[in-house]
Amino acid sequence: MSASYLKNVASLVFVQEECVGCGMCYEVCPHGVFVLLEGKARIALPDNCMECGACAVNCPVGAIAVQAGVGCLTAIVNSLLRGRKANGR
Amino acid sequence: MEKERQAFVTAVLDTAVGPVPKVATRLGPVDHWGRVLVRLGIGRMRYAIEPGLYAVGNPDGKSPIFVTANYKLSFDQLRGALHKKQAWILVLDTNGINVWCAAGKGSFSTGPLVQSVLAERLAELVSHRTLILPQLAASGVAAHLVRKECGFAVWYGPVCASHLPAYWRNGFKASRRMRRKEFPLAARAELIPMELVNAGKWAIPLMLVILFLNSLLTPESFGLDGRAGKTPLPILLLSSGIAAGSILTPLLLFILPGRAFAVKGLLAGILLNGILFWENYRAFTGEPPSSSAGWLLISLALASLLAMNFTGCSTFTSPSGVRKELRVALPLQLAAIAVGGALWLSSLL
Ligand code: SF4
Ligand code: SF4
Repeated sequence: MSASYLKNVASLVFVQEECVGCGMCYEVCPHGVFVLLEGKARIALPDNCMECGACAVNCPVGAIAVQAGVGCLTAIVNSLLRGRKANGR
Repeated sequence: MEKERQAFVTAVLDTAVGPVPKVATRLGPVDHWGRVLVRLGIGRMRYAIEPGLYAVGNPDGKSPIFVTANYKLSFDQLRGALHKKQAWILVLDTNGINVWCAAGKGSFSTGPLVQSVLAERLAELVSHRTLILPQLAASGVAAHLVRKECGFAVWYGPVCASHLPAYWRNGFKASRRMRRKEFPLAARAELIPMELVNAGKWAIPLMLVILFLNSLLTPESFGLDGRAGKTPLPILLLSSGIAAGSILTPLLLFILPGRAFAVKGLLAGILLNGILFWENYRAFTGEPPSSSAGWLLISLALASLLAMNFTGCSTFTSPSGVRKELRVALPLQLAAIAVGGALWLSSLL
């Protein structure tokens, strides 16, 4: 049961040229987003990413960036409301 | 409370770094009861244990060190999984919050981990230089920085504590399956009571108000004409909306079509109200059409709204996705509730 959520929205960015192939991203990802191929990481399942940030935090060379956050609904509603207010000003 | 005086401490070991409490690996009735209360949202804030170092069995300098949060459910799962083993447990102070949330919020992170390793003098306690962390701590802890700052390597263990015995047998290697965060039926079902407790907080007062209004405006519908026991349609549909969003959606999460939770909830609502209509169409036709239609609209919007609320508990929804879903669905849901409410009120006048 591999659960994927909405398509093409996750903010995961990976710069393969910087990757040294340590495998940490593959190890820490709870949704199997990364695979290792020929000594380099590669994004295999982008839509599975839940933006937990584990891969980016544990990549020793900073080859991964993701807008990590708590998927908590109240927090998101609050930030959306705040964002809307900020734009209106 | 003092560390040694906690109910699950069975003895105190004398070690190179001072006395260390030894913990039971069989969970008692108190532990199980505590879990039930937590899931009902009762006394949730106080479910912390004392942070610091603990022992399982009679560990020595070669025994592995497992790190966890000071949320009692996390700690209980860990010590239960280490039954008949010799190990150390390092409990970080995460304010009684679980590993996953604490890692996201920053209390289970590199700095506090390194501080705790130094404060507990683990380098004097053991001859190896390895810490085993739950994999879900990885969003807060940078393994390479921990090693740089205190000399201990971080190994990420399985996502679920229940896989620890197999992980241990496997020479501390996690299989592909252990690395995945699943969201199985039992885990989803365990979250339902809390959803219902939260919904009840506003739904029960609302239902009382509706009953009161109903009895004022149409006394006969309150059973005064001998039809006692008949549930008014608004109460029926409010309940079905909540049941669809907070019970049916979590249970059928992977069966319901659609990716967005709002869609899944809406479909669950249509399904449940469809069954209700089939079983009890008189309840619908007995009301003025605008009242039936209004409450049906409210019921479906509620189902969708509450299902969306469940994204907060799910283990695979990304904040970007939830934000996108919210932007589209929330205005529609609120509009449906407003229109539904207006239809109902118009039927009363
Ligand atoms: S952010 Fe989390 S879910 Fe997404 S790829 Fe990285 S580790 Fe996997
Ligand atoms: S953690 Fe970074 S360096 Fe290591 S394999 Fe992944 S992307 Fe490459």
